Amino acid sequence: MSLTSEREHPVGGARSSAFLDVRDLRVHFPTDDGLVKSVDGLSFGVDRGRTLGIVGESGSGKSVTSMSVMGLHKRGTANISGEILLDGANLIEASAEDVRRMRGKRMAMIFQDPLSAMHPYYTVGNQIIEAYRIHNDVSKKKARAHAVEMLDRVGIPEPHRRVDAYPHQYSGGMRQRAMIAMALSCDPDLLIADEPTTALDVTVQAQILDLIRDLQREFNSAVVIITHDLGVVAELADDILVMYAGRGMEYGTAEQIFNEPEHPYTWGLLGSMPRLDRDRSERLLPIKGTPPSLINAPPGCPFHPRCAFEANTGGLAQTERPDLVASGTGRGHNVACHMAPVQRRQIWRDEIKPML
Amino acid sequence: MIPYIIRRLIAAAALLVLVSIFTFSIFYLVPRWAGATPETLATRYVGRTATAETVALTAERLGFNDPFYQQYGNWAKTVVLGGEFDMGAQKVECSAPCLGYSFITRQAVGPELLDRAPVTFSLAIGASIIWVVTGVSIGVLSALRRGSVFDRGAMIFALAGVSMPIFWTGLMGLTFFAYKWPIFVPGGTYTPFTENPLEWAHALLLPWMTLSLLFSAQYARLTRAGMLETMNEDYVRTARAKGLRENRVVFKHGLRGALTPIVTIFGLDFGLLIGGAVLTEKVFSLNGLGKYAIDGITNNDLPKVLGVTLLAAFFVVVCNLIVDLLYAVVDPRVRTQ
Amino acid sequence: MRNTRWRVLAALGTVAALTLSACGGGSSDGDGDGGGASAKANAAVSGVFNPSDKKGGTIKFANSGDWDTLDPGETYYGYSWNFARLYGRSLLMFKAAPGDASNELVPDLAEDLGKPTDGGQTWTYKLRQGVKFEDGTEVTAKDVAYAVARSIDKETFPNGPAYFDAMLDWPADYKGPYKSKGVDFSSAIETPDDSTIVFHLKQPFAGFDYLAQLTQTMPVPEAKDKGAEYRNSVVSSGPYKFQDLQPGKSFKLVRNDQWDQSTDPNRKALPDQYDVSLNVNADDLDNQILSGSIDVDIAGTGAQPAALARVLNDPALKAKTDNPTIARLWYTSINPTVKPFDNIHCRLAVMYGMDRTSYQTAYGGPVAGGELATTILPPQIPGYEKFDLYETPDNKGDLDKAKQELEECGQPNGFKTSMSFRTERPKEKATAEAFQQQLAKIGIEVTPKGYPQGDYFAAYAGNPPFVVKNDLGLVANGWGADWNDGFGFLSQIVDSRVIRETGGSSNTSVRIPEVDQMLDEAQVELDQGKREADWAAIDRRVMEEAVIYPGVFAKSVLLRSDNLTNVFVNNSYGMYDYMEMGVK
Repeated sequence: MSLTSEREHPVGGARSSAFLDVRDLRVHFPTDDGLVKSVDGLSFGVDRGRTLGIVGESGSGKSVTSMSVMGLHKRGTANISGEILLDGANLIEASAEDVRRMRGKRMAMIFQDPLSAMHPYYTVGNQIIEAYRIHNDVSKKKARAHAVEMLDRVGIPEPHRRVDAYPHQYSGGMRQRAMIAMALSCDPDLLIADEPTTALDVTVQAQILDLIRDLQREFNSAVVIITHDLGVVAELADDILVMYAGRGMEYGTAEQIFNEPEHPYTWGLLGSMPRLDRDRSERLLPIKGTPPSLINAPPGCPFHPRCAFEANTGGLAQTERPDLVASGTGRGHNVACHMAPVQRRQIWRDEIKPML
Repeated sequence: MIPYIIRRLIAAAALLVLVSIFTFSIFYLVPRWAGATPETLATRYVGRTATAETVALTAERLGFNDPFYQQYGNWAKTVVLGGEFDMGAQKVECSAPCLGYSFITRQAVGPELLDRAPVTFSLAIGASIIWVVTGVSIGVLSALRRGSVFDRGAMIFALAGVSMPIFWTGLMGLTFFAYKWPIFVPGGTYTPFTENPLEWAHALLLPWMTLSLLFSAQYARLTRAGMLETMNEDYVRTARAKGLRENRVVFKHGLRGALTPIVTIFGLDFGLLIGGAVLTEKVFSLNGLGKYAIDGITNNDLPKVLGVTLLAAFFVVVCNLIVDLLYAVVDPRVRTQ
Repeated sequence: MRNTRWRVLAALGTVAALTLSACGGGSSDGDGDGGGASAKANAAVSGVFNPSDKKGGTIKFANSGDWDTLDPGETYYGYSWNFARLYGRSLLMFKAAPGDASNELVPDLAEDLGKPTDGGQTWTYKLRQGVKFEDGTEVTAKDVAYAVARSIDKETFPNGPAYFDAMLDWPADYKGPYKSKGVDFSSAIETPDDSTIVFHLKQPFAGFDYLAQLTQTMPVPEAKDKGAEYRNSVVSSGPYKFQDLQPGKSFKLVRNDQWDQSTDPNRKALPDQYDVSLNVNADDLDNQILSGSIDVDIAGTGAQPAALARVLNDPALKAKTDNPTIARLWYTSINPTVKPFDNIHCRLAVMYGMDRTSYQTAYGGPVAGGELATTILPPQIPGYEKFDLYETPDNKGDLDKAKQELEECGQPNGFKTSMSFRTERPKEKATAEAFQQQLAKIGIEVTPKGYPQGDYFAAYAGNPPFVVKNDLGLVANGWGADWNDGFGFLSQIVDSRVIRETGGSSNTSVRIPEVDQMLDEAQVELDQGKREADWAAIDRRVMEEAVIYPGVFAKSVLLRSDNLTNVFVNNSYGMYDYMEMGVK
């Protein structure tokens, strides 16, 4: 499993350090049923001012990855190895106390369900103030003013009144905005958004995504968006990482992924995506089969049992694990597949693309 | 909020009336169903060698010859308006609310209740503080160290605390810690708070600890279960994601979420304790309401029993009301209703 | 435990000396198990333990329940009568001495015993001079008359003894000084001058002196009488007066400075103060006595089972106990109104068939339970004669003889019957079960039936129609005399005229006209020796009818704290004498 030489970073050519640089991250959970390998050799990077979208099914390891970055796994429950470098500092080797200090201040996270993610018994203002005062030694009055300002920034009307309201008194979209306000209150350099729009109406989704993009521009933060919804990343992401069974399958810019995808799994995702500009009568193309067990992942390529083109690898897919390596276009497009790149492109052009 | 409270208080008053009717009926009807006549009822309140005449006089004096509604009506009237009682040599006046005179001791029930209530309150308040603090602390620690030696030990302690009868732990406590090693005071000692707060506390320490042994076990379990639930909630994860210290996460976010069932149960427990700390009072010879009730019941002393029942019911209702109001304080989601 | 070797020796010596000088030597109350280990045990049963004349100190009493009442006109418990002598003086009192000496009546408020005239229908007493109430006013005969008159008001005082009410010649419709205010009652009680009081009875009664020792003759000043509330403010005529009375909780007695020792040859009045706590947990009380923070359990019925087990097995603790037999009989009535007990031979089957030792075991064995009884009268009653009309080997029953009796009454294969007991009394339940087990051996099937204690006699076992309807051939019963005299013991349990169809009497089975007549004769027999012989004859006659199966004479295990001096058991109360005790 070579790490470096054939792998090109999407940003710039050779191996350089991104603001958030994850290298060969492995997160294994020892359980009574066996060792669950939720993340098994994942590498990616995000720079300030850029957005990375991590796409995958449930169980692909997306959330585990983000929790590992934030250091939110309970001590002793997970075996974490590899490197997570935030602005050069290795979070895996840092002490728990150091990581805690960085949480909220240098890296922040927003979660899927804002109603359950905010404490029902405290006002929104209280929770934002709390987040702010942990990292900034200011008076309550100043913190409150800051909270009102943040609420205003995220587009909540009448923020000086709403600051004293409880989460259950907000609508779904407003809640998510408030959560974003809370996450950004300390001006973090990295924002991880874990399924930020999954629990919201479609109309509200767009507003939230717009908000995230605006705030990113304003704060120049690095953003990681985690979702199973390709439509979301199409909107927002500069780069996209497709994950499957705890590993990266394809990694490239948004254009590359959408216009020139080279991994059969990516093709499947694109094919199974409902689109507004297609006739409703046309059937979705689901990917055959079910996600693999993370305790006993299939040998070789984890996707091979479900891959329609597995035969093209001459049996290699069944035995050897493909690395996420450069696809050869020289523009930082990495694919983990045993098929020859030429063949992959040809299949895309001739068989897959016309179907979509 | 105010109309709500008023409605609850009216309902409480109606409940008290119902309780009094119910208690009265038990005393009135049950012996009569078993075939008792006013005379046989009256023989309980006369001496060994009483004549038939004495029995008849007593039956008349205590109102046993009157029909149910009249007996109840007389009692209710005295409660509301007060009344006059014949002590033989003179009549005494009992001003409203008058709960009558004990059949056996001829003492006025109302003043006796007022006299004994502080004892029960002292017992209940002190014990409840101790059991909440210890129970919740143990519960929190157990939940945080789930599966550890501490956790298992705490749950065994919980089981033991609930299983050991108070009259045993109380007597053992006295035997060892009051008589063998004079750390605490003998049973039956009670100094009112107003007289000497230090001695008051010293005398009540052993009863407090004995009583809270029972309850803190329950509260430890309750807190542990609640904490296990809340610590898995999303908002706890968010709190950590904000970078809060773990202490703060546990107490401000985790425990606060687990408080609601504890507050509810506490209200019920405390309310019941006012009328019902019978075993503890009996073991430590504390002259409180529970003991008073037992004396009344064993002697079939209706005024005493009615008095305590009403007082206890009143406190249960009040505590429930307070708990319901507190609920809105603890959980803001309830307020909008 | 505390090292008290020297005290043991001193006590032994004193006890030895006193036992030699004590008159009568005491009746055969249990002597403990003998032997050196419990040298101090039972020291107070037939002699004075730790005799002392030292005054001073505070003695601590505790009651596991509440006093019935402190009003001497209404109180009806032995311990209360015992204690009342501290704050009141009745006309006569039982001599405060251990052993049989306490059967003797001696004058207290009166100068001498009563003088009977008219064949015992009139009794005259002369009061001592110089006796004062606690407020300084002198006690006169009028105060005694008033005290007795108020006590017969059964509406105000339903709980007290009814002897004066029944026996004195009150005016028609006299209801006591409250309801019949100002009415002249000199037909019953006359006070010709301030120090003479004359009682007029309806019928002659030879034992009136026993009534004169009742607390109802303790003087009550009319001006300070508060009826049913007087119990909270009793005016003392004795060596101590009340202080700090909290009803249901506690009270103190402190010295009455108006009491003059020269008018009182009977009392030592040793302690300066008495502290009495009420409603103390019974088990805790025993522990406190053993550890010394309480001196006396005032109920005087003995240690609770928990303490009993500890005390009897530990020689050091056993040394602090006394094991008197008291004048109380636990027995079972055999009701002739319930078939087949109407036939005397069926009753005799029970008399011979039952195992008396199992009765004793049911009550707690020979130490804590009782002494085997074969007569109705307990040994403390003057006139007691020991006999056993139905001897069985070792008192364990004679099944062959019992079967013979069954044949004679026409029930050779036995029969069915029920036995009642009070559900709150485990010992009675155990007794019923003992009967059930033993009589099953001869084919008599006994079904135990439990009833509530409160109206046991009023509604169940003492209610004749109920007894017949529910087949209660056997009734668990018990009796302790109001005073140790044949009349006091027998009148309520063998006189057929006390049985009421509406219930309430302890006598459920004795309906013998000859016995009624013998009772009437004994009551007017002024010669003490003859009278006492009469009681024994009545005892025997009732036993001949086999309507009572005597079980045991009660024994109790009393606990003595280490602080006490001058301790002895007063047989007339069956417990420690509270008047003469002192503290170290």
